[in-house]
Amino acid sequence: MDKKKRIIIQSIAALAQNANFKGFFTGKIYDGKAKSVCVPGLNCYSCPGAVGACPIGSLQNALSGYRFKLPYYVVGLLLFFGVLVGRLICGFLCPFGLLQDLLHHVPFPVKLKRFRADKWLRIVKYVVLVALVIVLPICVKLTPFFCKYLCPSGTVSGLLLALGDRGLFQAFGGLFAWKACILGIIVLASVVIARPFCKYLCPLGAIYGPLNKVSIYHLECDPSKCISCGKCSSVCDMCVDPSKDPNSAECIRCLRCVHECPAKALSPRDGVSGSFRKFFLKRKAGEEKNLG
Amino acid sequence: MKKKIGTVLCLLFAILLLALGISKDQPQSVLTKASKVCLECIGIG
Repeated sequence: MDKKKRIIIQSIAALAQNANFKGFFTGKIYDGKAKSVCVPGLNCYSCPGAVGACPIGSLQNALSGYRFKLPYYVVGLLLFFGVLVGRLICGFLCPFGLLQDLLHHVPFPVKLKRFRADKWLRIVKYVVLVALVIVLPICVKLTPFFCKYLCPSGTVSGLLLALGDRGLFQAFGGLFAWKACILGIIVLASVVIARPFCKYLCPLGAIYGPLNKVSIYHLECDPSKCISCGKCSSVCDMCVDPSKDPNSAECIRCLRCVHECPAKALSPRDGVSGSFRKFFLKRKAGEEKNLG
Repeated sequence: MKKKIGTVLCLLFAILLLALGISKDQPQSVLTKASKVCLECIGIG
């Protein structure tokens, strides 16, 4: 799939997840029943447009409550989304992913792809998931550490809310300054590096990434067609080599490699239609054998 | 084949967790929290 088509799909998904347009003008958030369902991507529920709940925020709320309850519902939803499509959510459905993609299109003389610390920095997102999303909220009650100290989506939501309700600007203090600095760093980094937040910090990526290995929707590389030209790995913004590991935990399923592969060796597969196809092919072959 | 078994097991586990969460009325607690502005999330606190 080419970049333009993907940006269109990402924009539609972002609009659908933020369809409470009235909220942007009134500075009030949506509080209808749809908010009992978590959206698959990183979309703060305090965003004036948000019509669903953020899965990471909901997970922390459940873990940091006074009475500890295992968050079956949120974990079940995350696992369900992940097993269905893996990190396709990052590539196509996450509004913060779209923001980073758009920023990376801003012309800049230096565009970094691979650098020395890249491999190690990718581990940070797993540390963020374990420490800020799970362990610290369990230990320190009523504090959603990731949302409070790191999440840039919340900072964007705060700014959008303040546009509708100017009084909020006066309430912003040291914490907002800290979060605004983090947002600023991510915005600047996004211009130079493709998707720095997804690569290094996003706890949702840390959840969906390992599920790429078992997801129903997956990529396949046909070794008989692959000519080892290296085109797929050279176009990959996440620095994955799809010919060697098509279901890498870092792959966000942007399908650029599929689009660019000159030998058409890479293809997206969903287990369901693949099984049906195999079943019908076997049946057809059996019928032909019987006729013959 | 191993991958398919893994996929089916993960999917069943996800559905089990979802059903368990819904039976414990957890979507309601998600709604209760998500329908109020999280001040800490937007940088006030």
